[in-house]
Amino acid sequence: MIIEYVGVKEINGSLVVMDGVKGVSYEEIVDIRLDNGTVRQGRVVQIEGERVVIQVFEGTRDISLDNTSTRLTGHPMEMPLSPEIVGRILDGAGRPIDGLGDIYPVTKRNINGTAINPVSRIYPRNYINTGISSIDTLSTLIRGQKLPIFSGSGMKHNELAVQIVRQAQIQGADEHNFGIVFAAMGVKNDVADYFRKSFEEAGVMQRVVMFLNLSNDPIIERTLTPRCALTTAEYLAFELNMHILVIMTDMTSYAEALREFSSSKGEIPGRKGYPGYLYSDLASMYERAGMIKGSEGSVTQIPILTMPNDDITHPVPDLTGYITEGQIVLDRGLQAQGIYPPVNVLPSLSRLMKDGIGEGFTRADHSDLANQLFASYAKVIDARSLASVIGEEELSDTDKKYIEFGRMFEGSFVNQGFEENRSIDQSLDLGWKLLSTLPRSELDRIDDELLDKYYQGD
Amino acid sequence: MADVIYGINGPVVTVKDTTEFSMMEMVYVGRERLIGEVIGITSDYTTIQCYEETTGLKPGDPVEGTHTQMNLMLGPGILDNIFDGIERPLAEIEKEAGAFINRGSTVSSLDTEKEWDVTVTAKVGDTLNGGEVYATLPETQIITHKLMVPPLISGEVTEVKPDGKYTLNDVIVKLKDKFGTVHELTLCQRWPIRTPRPVAQRLTPTVPLITGQRVIDTLFPVSKGGTAAIPGGFGTGKTMTQHQLAKWCDADIIVYVGCGERGNEMSQVLQEFSELIDPKSGRPMTDRTTLIANTSNMPVAAREASIYTGITLAEYYRDMGYDVAIMADSTSRWAEALREISGRLEEMPAEEGFPAYLPSRLSEFYERAGRADVLSGTQGSVTIIGAVSPQGSDFSEPVTQNTKRFTRCFWALDKSLAYARHYPAINWNDSYSEYFTELDAWYNENYGREFVEYRSGISALLQEENRLMEIVKLIGSDVLPDDQKLIIEIAKIVRVGFLQQNAFHKDDTYVPLEKQKLMMKTILHLYERSKSVVAENIPISRIRDTGLFEKITKIKYDIPNDRLEMFDDYISDIDEKINGILS
Repeated sequence: MIIEYVGVKEINGSLVVMDGVKGVSYEEIVDIRLDNGTVRQGRVVQIEGERVVIQVFEGTRDISLDNTSTRLTGHPMEMPLSPEIVGRILDGAGRPIDGLGDIYPVTKRNINGTAINPVSRIYPRNYINTGISSIDTLSTLIRGQKLPIFSGSGMKHNELAVQIVRQAQIQGADEHNFGIVFAAMGVKNDVADYFRKSFEEAGVMQRVVMFLNLSNDPIIERTLTPRCALTTAEYLAFELNMHILVIMTDMTSYAEALREFSSSKGEIPGRKGYPGYLYSDLASMYERAGMIKGSEGSVTQIPILTMPNDDITHPVPDLTGYITEGQIVLDRGLQAQGIYPPVNVLPSLSRLMKDGIGEGFTRADHSDLANQLFASYAKVIDARSLASVIGEEELSDTDKKYIEFGRMFEGSFVNQGFEENRSIDQSLDLGWKLLSTLPRSELDRIDDELLDKYYQGD
Repeated sequence: MADVIYGINGPVVTVKDTTEFSMMEMVYVGRERLIGEVIGITSDYTTIQCYEETTGLKPGDPVEGTHTQMNLMLGPGILDNIFDGIERPLAEIEKEAGAFINRGSTVSSLDTEKEWDVTVTAKVGDTLNGGEVYATLPETQIITHKLMVPPLISGEVTEVKPDGKYTLNDVIVKLKDKFGTVHELTLCQRWPIRTPRPVAQRLTPTVPLITGQRVIDTLFPVSKGGTAAIPGGFGTGKTMTQHQLAKWCDADIIVYVGCGERGNEMSQVLQEFSELIDPKSGRPMTDRTTLIANTSNMPVAAREASIYTGITLAEYYRDMGYDVAIMADSTSRWAEALREISGRLEEMPAEEGFPAYLPSRLSEFYERAGRADVLSGTQGSVTIIGAVSPQGSDFSEPVTQNTKRFTRCFWALDKSLAYARHYPAINWNDSYSEYFTELDAWYNENYGREFVEYRSGISALLQEENRLMEIVKLIGSDVLPDDQKLIIEIAKIVRVGFLQQNAFHKDDTYVPLEKQKLMMKTILHLYERSKSVVAENIPISRIRDTGLFEKITKIKYDIPNDRLEMFDDYISDIDEKINGILS
């Protein structure tokens, strides 16, 4: 027998409170039928005896205290999955919106997933060649890694993401086992369109699953979008043995949706009004990247987030940086100089890089070269701040060389065309060419042997 | 009437109208028997934090008390193993549930079927007090596990089994206490995680924990039984530093707690430690290591417990007389777990939403470190090295500030050093160690009085450089007089050639103290001799042209750790070249 509960007791933001509900379980999904015949979905977020708080995904507009009847479904939020899902476009809660009909599920999965046992993980060490010098050389992307792009409004993070998708070559992956899961959270319609078009132009659309929650879609749905996307990614990777690249944009919108939900629930806020569990919540998504024993596939994540006011210490980029394995930071100053991609290499970092480069992966000199480029570029920054005080003319000869090195580094190494695909050898050789403009005695991070082999200066 | 669930909010579960439970009691929640702990009692409600996901729990599901506090099983099999935050063996869970962790697992913490080679040392008629050893067994090839009478029990031995092979739950000794109760002692015991294990007497820590990392051993040493904090924003190398310490420090046992950190990092630790050979014993590092992995997406309450689980395991091995080092990465995640649960309980927040009891919890934890006469009649120590992840890289936030109050070593990681890939990115101006006075005697005795002198010389140089750099930032280095330029040159050698250390270089990853001392000696010798050149008004560029600066900078790579006699050549080379300039 299915019991329907008529009416609700309280409505507050996206939450409704009901009384006298029996046999409900935590995180269970409920169907709320309105008088006008529409059905909305909600999730149980708090239980106190027979008083139940329900979060309504599509919002509470039109709901009054007595125009609803609510039914318990008896299970938590699940995502229907089948191999046919590849190539489809879905809304933020995983329902098809491309007019191609429903997905006939082969299996259903709880969208919250469960934690991967650390013992079952395979330590990622296979590098992904993105064809972008600043990433391949200095913050190498590894298969199974989560490497976010920290950007700001108006910067070219979307272009960079598209270029990575187009150029990414995964060893051992071909059309049949390489796929992209794209989750848009609170992005503008134009941005979603841009991604769709770019995927089509690159000829990869039939390998993409798109989840679209646009900026005017319900906020609560936004909190489901990345979970639906990652559940799909896990299914494709760990059961169908595909290599999946997950792009999630924009994580800041997601966090704001979470904050809105939390404050309407009356929770005690942490930093900047974000709930105290923001870290655990973000981690429950980012940690779903990786590779596991007994499966050929992998989940690699590139979350994109816009830093409010370009502030890297804002809670969202800050907590993200503590969970992810590095970050790629874009810089407004570089973009203003017309440099694309405007990657600020100093704060950018790939934590898994050290074990995925060098002999057998890229080239034996990679690690030393990268370290030296970082160290030398850091000196460029020092020289520049000095020059801004005493003028470039007054600098010592060495400092002048650094200024020149910095100019070339940004202009020809970081800067590259949207269509330009550089091989790892090209990128490394370019790095050596730049270092060779500095006196050999300044290169203190490199073994003499390598210097003898690659250094071209005098 | 059986107790049932009333309310559920995240990991917090409430039970109404019961007097059944006591504070900190361990309970089973729901039909899947999820593990939980009682954290609050009022006349109406009992509040429980649940160590597993609460999705799917219903009001009316049973809650069952255990009448004991949250406790751990302590016995052989802890080493070379990996547990979650409440001591469940992850490898066994994998066998049971596959790659994803299931709920309500009932796997025993330690292997109950493995047979251990036990040597019984107690004899019938002996009087044994709490903490005294009644048997030993080889747990791994390098660690002898001592079976100790649980600390609160003592009495006369009435029965012993002969030496031989026994499993975890076999009774090998029977003990009759003064009330006539007979206690059966097996290969394991239980101990509540939130209660420190007792010791006979605490001692002053006077021996340094040698880590082979120059900036730590020389400038900011920590003692065995000391506490150290490593604060740093993301990307500054906290985890990397913790790994280096876990690999190379001279403790007998390492407890590595991954508290709310990355899953891939834990798999890296697992892989690296099993491949890495301990130079002292020639055995894999895992033989002396136990790992506690509660990654950031595992339940938050278990994250809170993982720190206590780690320290309890550490104390257990300390009681056997070992020097134990526990790496907690990161204590901020633990503090955030406190905050999260406190928020769910709607407690009044103090600073930044953290509960007001954050400082007292932190001090309770760090006070469990120390060197002591243990009950088994020897000495042991627990050293705590806690990473702190300050939000927004701001050291004024509550967790960093409170940690600073309760630890005596502060290794501040610096973003700009990390950006320049200067690792370990320990900032020499902001860091400090309070252990100097206690440790100097040890350095004097083992490495001669020069060691402390050299250290003072090196820190004086760095401080002087710091002062000069203020000027250089404003007007450039060209205008400085030669004697000050020399300080900047030498300080650069100290920074690049001494403080910076390459964890991936076979010699540089671990540097013995003798080599650290000789490196300092050589650098200071170069400084003294160069000063005599500058005093003669000979331009500093003459010294630069000899290539001595570069040569000394590369000592760390060029002199292998086992060929320290090569330092003599370097000293005479300095003399020769400087004399050449002077003549």
